[in-house]
Amino acid sequence: MTSYQLTVNGHPREVSTDPSTPLLWVLREDLKMTGTKYGCGIGACGACTVHLEGTATRSCLLPVSSIGDRAIVTIEGIAGDPVGRAVQDAWVDTDVVQCGYCQSGQIMSAVALLKSNRKPADRDIEASMSNLCRCGTYVRIRAAIKSAAAKLA
Amino acid sequence: MNRRAFLRASAAATGGLLVSIYFDLPVQAQAAPQKTFPPDAFVHVRPDGKIVVTVNRCELGQGVATALPMILADEMDADWSAVVAELAPAADVYKDPVYGFQNTGGSATIANSFQQYRELGARTRAMLISAAADRWHVPAGECKTAAGVVRGPAGQTARYSELADDAVRQPVPQKIDLKRPADFRIIGRPIRRIDSRQKCDGSQRFGLDLELPGMLIAVVARPPVFGGRVMQFDDTRARAIAGVRDVFKIPLVNGDAVAIVADRFWAAKQARERLQVQWDLSGVEKADSSDLSKRYGELARTPGNVAVNRGDASVLERIPPDKRIVAEYEFPYLAHTPMEPLNATVRFDGDRAEAWVPSQFPTYDHAAVAEILGLKPEQVAFHIEFAGGGFGRRQAFDSHVPREAAAIAQRVRSAPVKLVWTREDDVQGGYYRPMFVHRVEVGIGDSGAPIAWRHVVVGQSYVIGTPFESYLVKNGVDFDSVTGTADTPYSIPNLHVTAHHPKVNVPPSQWRSIGSTHNAFVMETLIDELATRAKMEPIAYRMKLLKPEARRLRASLALLNEKSGWRRNLARGHAVGIACSEYQGTAVACAADVSIESKRPRIHRVTVAVHCGLPVNPLSIESQFQGGIVFGLTQLMSKGAITLKDGRVEQRNFDGFTPPYIGDAPPIIDVHVVPSDEPPTGCGEPPVPVISPAVVNALTKLTGKRYRTLPITAL
Repeated sequence: MTSYQLTVNGHPREVSTDPSTPLLWVLREDLKMTGTKYGCGIGACGACTVHLEGTATRSCLLPVSSIGDRAIVTIEGIAGDPVGRAVQDAWVDTDVVQCGYCQSGQIMSAVALLKSNRKPADRDIEASMSNLCRCGTYVRIRAAIKSAAAKLA
Repeated sequence: MNRRAFLRASAAATGGLLVSIYFDLPVQAQAAPQKTFPPDAFVHVRPDGKIVVTVNRCELGQGVATALPMILADEMDADWSAVVAELAPAADVYKDPVYGFQNTGGSATIANSFQQYRELGARTRAMLISAAADRWHVPAGECKTAAGVVRGPAGQTARYSELADDAVRQPVPQKIDLKRPADFRIIGRPIRRIDSRQKCDGSQRFGLDLELPGMLIAVVARPPVFGGRVMQFDDTRARAIAGVRDVFKIPLVNGDAVAIVADRFWAAKQARERLQVQWDLSGVEKADSSDLSKRYGELARTPGNVAVNRGDASVLERIPPDKRIVAEYEFPYLAHTPMEPLNATVRFDGDRAEAWVPSQFPTYDHAAVAEILGLKPEQVAFHIEFAGGGFGRRQAFDSHVPREAAAIAQRVRSAPVKLVWTREDDVQGGYYRPMFVHRVEVGIGDSGAPIAWRHVVVGQSYVIGTPFESYLVKNGVDFDSVTGTADTPYSIPNLHVTAHHPKVNVPPSQWRSIGSTHNAFVMETLIDELATRAKMEPIAYRMKLLKPEARRLRASLALLNEKSGWRRNLARGHAVGIACSEYQGTAVACAADVSIESKRPRIHRVTVAVHCGLPVNPLSIESQFQGGIVFGLTQLMSKGAITLKDGRVEQRNFDGFTPPYIGDAPPIIDVHVVPSDEPPTGCGEPPVPVISPAVVNALTKLTGKRYRTLPITAL
C-alpha cells in the first residue's frame, strides 16, 4: 500500500492503495465516484474515459502510480467546464442515452474532441469517438456533438 | 392458483395517496423490500406534488421507465413534469399481466402493460375527482382534470396533492372510462427520457455501482471448458494479495468454480490471476466450431422435427433444376456484451437475505437466490437495479449469475458481496445466441414466385430442458428457432420447415429478437434473390408475395417505398438493399444504402418504416430503431462471432469479439412510423432482424455474390 495525492475535479484527494491499481478502480472504490464505468479493462470500449491534464484517457489502464500531479477530471466534474456543460445539455436535448452506461465515457470523449476541434465533421467524430455503445446511440451522439458545437460557436 | 387482483387506496406513511394492487389471497412475496412506499404500490400522489409511478420492469435502456409512467400519467391527467419513475422490486403484483411472471423481455412491456397502466391512471384520477366533488358538494361528473389539477363547475380548483389525503377515503371505482386516443395529451407525443440527466452526469446508479456498508467484492475463476470441475487449487499466492479475504470452491449450474472474495475489485482480480486451479475436464464435451459446422451441415441434409408441413412437399422434386435454388447458411455463436458487465449483490443473514440485481427475470432470479440459501422467497428481499443494457443476457432461464452470488454470500455471511463478471468472463461465459445452420431448397413457379419451399434449421434450443419447454416446444421444435420461417408472412403454397436441436456443451440463450436474428436473414436474402430472378423491384416483389393478412408489413413496405425515394438516385458505387420482418406484432421495412470501402461494407444511410400500432412515444421508437439497427449489425462485423476450439472460447474481450463502433454504424438512420391507433406492440427487438439482410442484399447488388455465412470474412 502506497499513499497518493491526486487532484480530482479540482479537489485534492489522498488515497492509499496498491501502486498497480488502475485509476478507474481508485475512482470507483476508494473515492466512491462511480460515474466512471468499467466496461472491458483493456482500453477497448472507453467507458472509463476521464481527462488527464485535459486529454481523454482510458482510466482502466492507468496505474495510479503513474499519475503524479496531473489533474484528473471525471464525469462528476465536467459540468464545471463550459464545454462540458454544453455537451451534457446537448446530450439531454438530443435524448441520446438509452441504458446510459457508456455515456459518461462518450461525453468525456466528446468534450475532449470539441476542445481541440470546435467544428468537427463526421469524419473527425468517427476518428476520435472510439467509445463502444451496445445500445447503438451513435446517430444521436453525432447529432449531439454537432448541436453542442453550434451552441459553443 | 386463480387469484383475483384488487386495487386499494391507502395513505402513505409519508403522506399522500397510494394506489396499490393486492390479491384476495395472502401473497408471500409481497413481503419484499420497502422502497419509499410498500411494494404493492403503483402510484403515489405525494404531498409535495410529485407523482411516483412504479415501473414493473427493468430499465435496460429501452425506455420503459419513461413509457409506462407516460401511459399512467396521461389517463390520470397528471402534470408530466411532476412524474417520477421508480423500479419495482420482485413481487407478485409486478408480474407481467399476460405472462404471469415478472420479466423484461419479448418486447412485451408496452404490448402487455399498456392497458394495465391506463386503468391504474384512470382509477387514480377518478378517486381524486371524487375527493374534489365531495369537498365542493358538486357532482363528480361536473369536474374536469388537466395537468394535475381538478376544476369544479364554479371555477373551483384543487391540485392533486391537496386532494390526495381525502382521496384515500374514496372507494376504488370498479368501472372506469378510458380516454379516446384523440384525447391523449402525453401518449403519442415525443417525450424525452425521464432518466436522461442522471445518465449524463454520472449520478445514475447501476447494479455494478452499488455501494453498501461493509460490502465485499467477488470474482470467480470458472472452468476453461463449460462444465469442468475443480480437482484442486493452490491459493497461496492469491491469498498473499492485500485485501483478499477468502478463496473457496462454489458450485455452478454446470460444473464448479473457485470464488475469490476481497475488499476491492483490483485485489480480487489480481488474486484470480495468481490462483492455480487444476481442472477436471474428463467426461466434458469439448465443443468445436469447425466440428459443429460439419455436423450441422450433415444434419441439415436430413429432415428434422416438423414445424410446418403445408401443401405437397413432393412438388419440389418435380421442378427442374434450373428453377431451383439450394442455399446453405451458417451463423456463429454471438455474445450480447451489454456495456455493464454482469453482476449481482447478495447479503445473507442466516434467516433472511437481500439481493440487488439488474435482472430481466426477477421471478426466477429471486427464487434461485432463495433456493441456494435454503430460504423461502419471502425471506429474500430482491431489488431490481438499473441495467447497463440487457439484450436478453440478464434473462438466463437458470439464473446462473444470481446463483453464483448467493453461493458466495452464503459462505461470507452478514456482509453484502458484489459478484463482478469481468468482460472476459462475459465474452467467454456462454449463454450465447446459438450457432445455426439452415439448408433451404426453393422451387420457383412460372410467375417467379416460390411455389415449393423445403427448409431445415439446425441449432441448439435455449428452451429444451427448462421450465419453459412445455410452452415453447411443440413436436420437438423450439418455435423460437423457426420464427419468421415456419410462420412466414409470404404466400408459399408448399412449405415444409423442420428443425434439429442438437445438444452441445455451450449454454445458449436468447439474443435480442432470438430466432429472427437468423431466420429473417435467410428469408429476406432468398426473397431478394427470387425478386432478382423474377426481374422485379424488391419492394414490389415482396408486396406481391405477402399474404393478404400481412397488413402491417404491407403498410410498412408502402411507407418505406414512399420515404426512401432517395434510393432511385444513388451515388456511384452505392447500392440499396431491402428487407422486412415482423416480430412480436411489430412490422418493419428497411432500406440500406451501402458501398464497399477498404473491402468492408460501408453503410451510408438507413431508412426504416415501422408499424407498431399506436406509437406511445415516437421519440423512444426512433431511438430503439436507430439503436437496434446498430445492434443488428453486430453479426456483420468482421469480428462479430464467438468461436470455440477444443471446448475453449477463442475470443476474450472486445478485441476478439468486436461490436460496431461509431464509424461502423450508419450516420443517418431515418425512422418513419405508420400512423395507427391499434393496440401498441413492442419496439425493443423488432429493429434487429432487418438490417443484416438489407445490407447483404445491397452487397450482392455490388459484387454479384451471395453471402450465406456470417460473419462475412471476404467480400
